[in-house]
Amino acid sequence: MAITEADIEKIAQLAHLEITAEERAMFAPQISEIVTYVEQLNAIDTSTVEPALGGLTPEGERTESWRADETEPSLGQKVALDQAPDAAEGHFRVPKVLG
Amino acid sequence: MDSITDIRDRIARGQTTAQATITSAIERAEKLNDKLNAFLEIDRDGALKRAAEIDQNPGKATLPLAGVPIAVKDNICVRGLQTSCGSQILGPYHPPYHATAIERLIAAGAVVMGKTNCDEFAMGSSNENSAFGPVRNPWDVSRVPGGSSGGSAAAVAAGIVPAALGSDTGGSVRQPASLCGVVGFKPTYGRVSRYGLVAFGSSLDQIGVLTRNVPDAAAILEVMAGRDRHDATTADVSVPPYTREIDRDIKGLRLGVSRILLGEGLDPQVLAAIEAAIDAYRTLGAEIVDIDLPHARYAIAVYYIIATAEASSNLARYDGVRYGFRAEDAPGLRDMYRKTRDQGFGAEVKRRIMLGTYVLSAGYYDAYYLKAQKVRTLLRQDFANAFEKCDAVLTPTAPTPAFKFGEKVDDPLAMYLNDIYTVTANLAGIPGISVPCGLSSDGLPIGMQLLGPYWSESLLLQLAHAYQSANEITARPAIYA
Repeated sequence: MAITEADIEKIAQLAHLEITAEERAMFAPQISEIVTYVEQLNAIDTSTVEPALGGLTPEGERTESWRADETEPSLGQKVALDQAPDAAEGHFRVPKVLG
Repeated sequence: MDSITDIRDRIARGQTTAQATITSAIERAEKLNDKLNAFLEIDRDGALKRAAEIDQNPGKATLPLAGVPIAVKDNICVRGLQTSCGSQILGPYHPPYHATAIERLIAAGAVVMGKTNCDEFAMGSSNENSAFGPVRNPWDVSRVPGGSSGGSAAAVAAGIVPAALGSDTGGSVRQPASLCGVVGFKPTYGRVSRYGLVAFGSSLDQIGVLTRNVPDAAAILEVMAGRDRHDATTADVSVPPYTREIDRDIKGLRLGVSRILLGEGLDPQVLAAIEAAIDAYRTLGAEIVDIDLPHARYAIAVYYIIATAEASSNLARYDGVRYGFRAEDAPGLRDMYRKTRDQGFGAEVKRRIMLGTYVLSAGYYDAYYLKAQKVRTLLRQDFANAFEKCDAVLTPTAPTPAFKFGEKVDDPLAMYLNDIYTVTANLAGIPGISVPCGLSSDGLPIGMQLLGPYWSESLLLQLAHAYQSANEITARPAIYA
């Protein structure tokens, strides 16, 4: 499937990427080529096949992964804010959410 | 360079100290870093402090890795050290916690002496995608070390550390191991905790280890492996004593070879080295069996749908809000996200995020992502069928020896095809090891790969060790000169 620069712009919007016109021009043919390459999978009959979501082995599937519903210590506000680009009054401060 | 057992035993016996060992590693790392660019951070003070603690520990003889210097790929969290993932977007981020694998290695006496350079967010096969410059191959500094764990591979190949951690999502431990002439091991999915490994493809990622010899890989794996309550995808499967099981007569073990996989696209010198390795295994008494993996030719297509889809989701968290780099002068929140991500991510990461976003988007999910996951099931079935006829599968690790810088950067798809033999293991969840098996006529390392059923780490280590013991490669990288 041919991916156009307009497609790239739409995808970039979804992915929260502000790409430049040069990047759009570069990425469109590259992503187009890759998408065309992966479309070879269409030749395979998978009508009776279950998807291998998650990647777990059978032993992994069987492993109990629930814990008791008890409060445990967490990072804590101080540590959580420690590396923030802009922390203020116990919050992560960000630019205003425009309409 | 000494093996892990040598180092640990000499420290335990008082013949040397952890401080002397760590000092040696740090000095070599610093001396070679201009040439190799393998390290993004060398923790001289912290490592020496930890080494002093080991030396003063009366119980150090009981620690399996006492005083052993290790390097850690910069996408694995070590509290107090940087974790850049080879990217600008994490800015000055220093994790407030250790990855579980790191906790276990430190508890066993190992000393983390630095963080290694890698392709950005582990996306790459040449370490040319790092925001901090490429890593150079110790065998020939005009060539790539492979990726994405290029820094770890170079650190081991150059004799700086006996072991380095990497991560392997599509071959990123095994392929650089092959290009740098060292051993690279990816465990079964769920064998080693991913807690503290920065996520790329969550159904594919595993922490792996690079070492110069197989017993050292066994020693590191034995300490790291096992169920972790912080990673729900780790399996409740007991960890065998890999180091104690490693010597085994492999007579009668069956190695599966797919002749189709050894067909087109494979460098003739790599083919020759693999044929020689097959003969070497015959000499050791292994039986060679023909197998077929009919869906292996689709593995790259399957991988680049699933891995990019999962990456697009995993990398959504890098938005400038809670940590790392934040773009300035954004009028609003959405602009901040968009500018931060565009300025903070490199081209390959953006490419993969967009590809992943596309294949997951409304109207395309079934055609691409779901389809790929179904073909993934077929590939898993291929391996299950093969393992009924053989104990392990033997393939090349990489289709060529190390290539020159710049050779493949303009053609992403050509770069992706470097992973052709390695992605199958991540898709199937099976363990794999790369072992050096020869040199090209240019003196560049060639690696062979062994793949086994789930939880067959011990078998792979035995097969690899038997080969390595009988087929020692004495050549050393040019960097030693």
